[in-house]
Amino acid sequence: MHWMPGPTRSDRMRAATMNSGAVTVEAVFRHEYGRCVATLIRFLGDIDAAEEAVQDAFTVAIARWPSDGQPPNPGAWIVTTARNRAIDRLRRESVRDERHAQARHLYGAAVPAAADDALAPDEEETVPDDRLRLIFTCCHPALNQSAQVALTLRLLGGLETPEIARAFLVPEATMAQRIVRAKRKIRNTRLPYRVPAEAELPARLRPVLAVVYLIFNEGYAATAGSLMRLDLCAEGLRLARVLAELMPGEPEPQGLLALLLLLHARNAARVTADGSLVRLAEQDRRLWDRGLTAEGQGIVRACVQRGRPGPYQIQAAINAVHSVAPGFDSTDWHAILTLYDQLYALTPTPVVALNRAVALAEVHGPAAGLALVDDLRSSGLDSYYLFHAARADLLRRLDRSTEATAAYATARSLTANLAEQAFLDTQRGMLIGAARDPGRRVRPPGRRTRRPRNPGTPNSG
Amino acid sequence: MTQYLLALYRDYAVPIPPEQTRQVWADVKALGDKLTAAGAFVFQGGMDGGPESATVVRQSGGDFLLTDGPYSETKEHLAGFWIINAADLDEALEWAKLTAAAQQRAIEVRPMFDGDLDDALDAGSDAQ
Repeated sequence: MHWMPGPTRSDRMRAATMNSGAVTVEAVFRHEYGRCVATLIRFLGDIDAAEEAVQDAFTVAIARWPSDGQPPNPGAWIVTTARNRAIDRLRRESVRDERHAQARHLYGAAVPAAADDALAPDEEETVPDDRLRLIFTCCHPALNQSAQVALTLRLLGGLETPEIARAFLVPEATMAQRIVRAKRKIRNTRLPYRVPAEAELPARLRPVLAVVYLIFNEGYAATAGSLMRLDLCAEGLRLARVLAELMPGEPEPQGLLALLLLLHARNAARVTADGSLVRLAEQDRRLWDRGLTAEGQGIVRACVQRGRPGPYQIQAAINAVHSVAPGFDSTDWHAILTLYDQLYALTPTPVVALNRAVALAEVHGPAAGLALVDDLRSSGLDSYYLFHAARADLLRRLDRSTEATAAYATARSLTANLAEQAFLDTQRGMLIGAARDPGRRVRPPGRRTRRPRNPGTPNSG
Repeated sequence: MTQYLLALYRDYAVPIPPEQTRQVWADVKALGDKLTAAGAFVFQGGMDGGPESATVVRQSGGDFLLTDGPYSETKEHLAGFWIINAADLDEALEWAKLTAAAQQRAIEVRPMFDGDLDDALDAGSDAQ
């Protein structure tokens, strides 16, 4: 069996990173892992071999960088080291090991003959972005969509299997098996490692967009630890830019790019210095990045003129409406609700329905919003913390404190994100405090209490 | 080049009208010519009779057990197959689309294992 479970290797790598205190290696891992794996797959013609080689290289980095210092181009260093390690490994592996035979056959890849045939650091810069090649391979229509997304998050996002499992609300073992099966299918069927021809692009695009969005979203609302992982946001944004440039005639990549720009623009306002979550209602909008916002708004305007709406363009438009409002209370909620109606017509998922219900509460009041939210309980959202957080908020606004407290507790139990946990604890604590001291009016800072409006996740429903 | 199996399955309980059969045969012949011209054709075969024509042979201890009937209890059974050469899955899928059109059936595409025992034994000697 060649396949070595990813989490074991990665966990070992991560544990070593923490033990050595080499935080920089972890940062480089997050930033460069996908690019390195994509490049190594092109060299080796095998995904598992590429992952192993890159993880080997990071292990070497953990041992060397603290004393030798981080190389000027860490990504190129990792690629070169990974390639040399892979060649060493191929040499060491025995006659009976069939991987080498497979590697030679896959994708027509030539396995380098000598270890001293090392990759020059600048060689890596001259090739087209291998990540695009990899993302189209991961998102090949011969793979089912959940496998496409999982594989891309793992190979391009460098996410651990448990993180991916949480993002998809499925058990870890299920996700691990999904990834193994997808990789095996790519290998066995000789699934080509290339960017599709222009004629195929529109059909091949849909799953790619979903994947890029989810990479961004994983950074925007990280499944564990701190609220945001900006490098993943940046990675999602970068891939969205590449896709938008590659397919200027397609409106949805533009919509996705605009959406990510408008969301990314709020990053500085979403978290306080001590890591606490700041909801959209209380965000200091002066902190929103004007450049990113203006770029996103410009793309949304162009999309509207083009007149070929799609789910990402509509989500971008919703966030464009937020971006022009001077404050939360002066937001054009009617426009937002209308856009959610359009979005739900195109993508009738429970998560979109939840977001629509929250918008509807702003137009028609919390009772109307809560009625819709409660109807969604049976649609698979019961294990989704934002469902309970939204419900808790609406209950609180209706002065149904006991139920709101319970809903905050449920939401708290369903998120591993520290900032979100802290936020939910605060909300719940205020309600309990108010119950002990009935004379005090229950109002957290800011008029309303709400989660920042994450757009509907195409794959979660 | 990899060999791919393009397999077609059908529910033998659903009869095929004669005019459809004639059309399929004509299209299948044309597809065979096209595959041959492209150098992709390896082998093609259709089953003679439905699942009732199947006999399953199983080794059981030192003995062999013969069972009348298909291997699995599914509704759809193997009706025919093509073996083709293709550079990669995308190329095989393009042929599978033409096959699905000619056969008027869903086509299952499977890669064939391309190694053999001699290759495995030899792999070490040219690994350097």
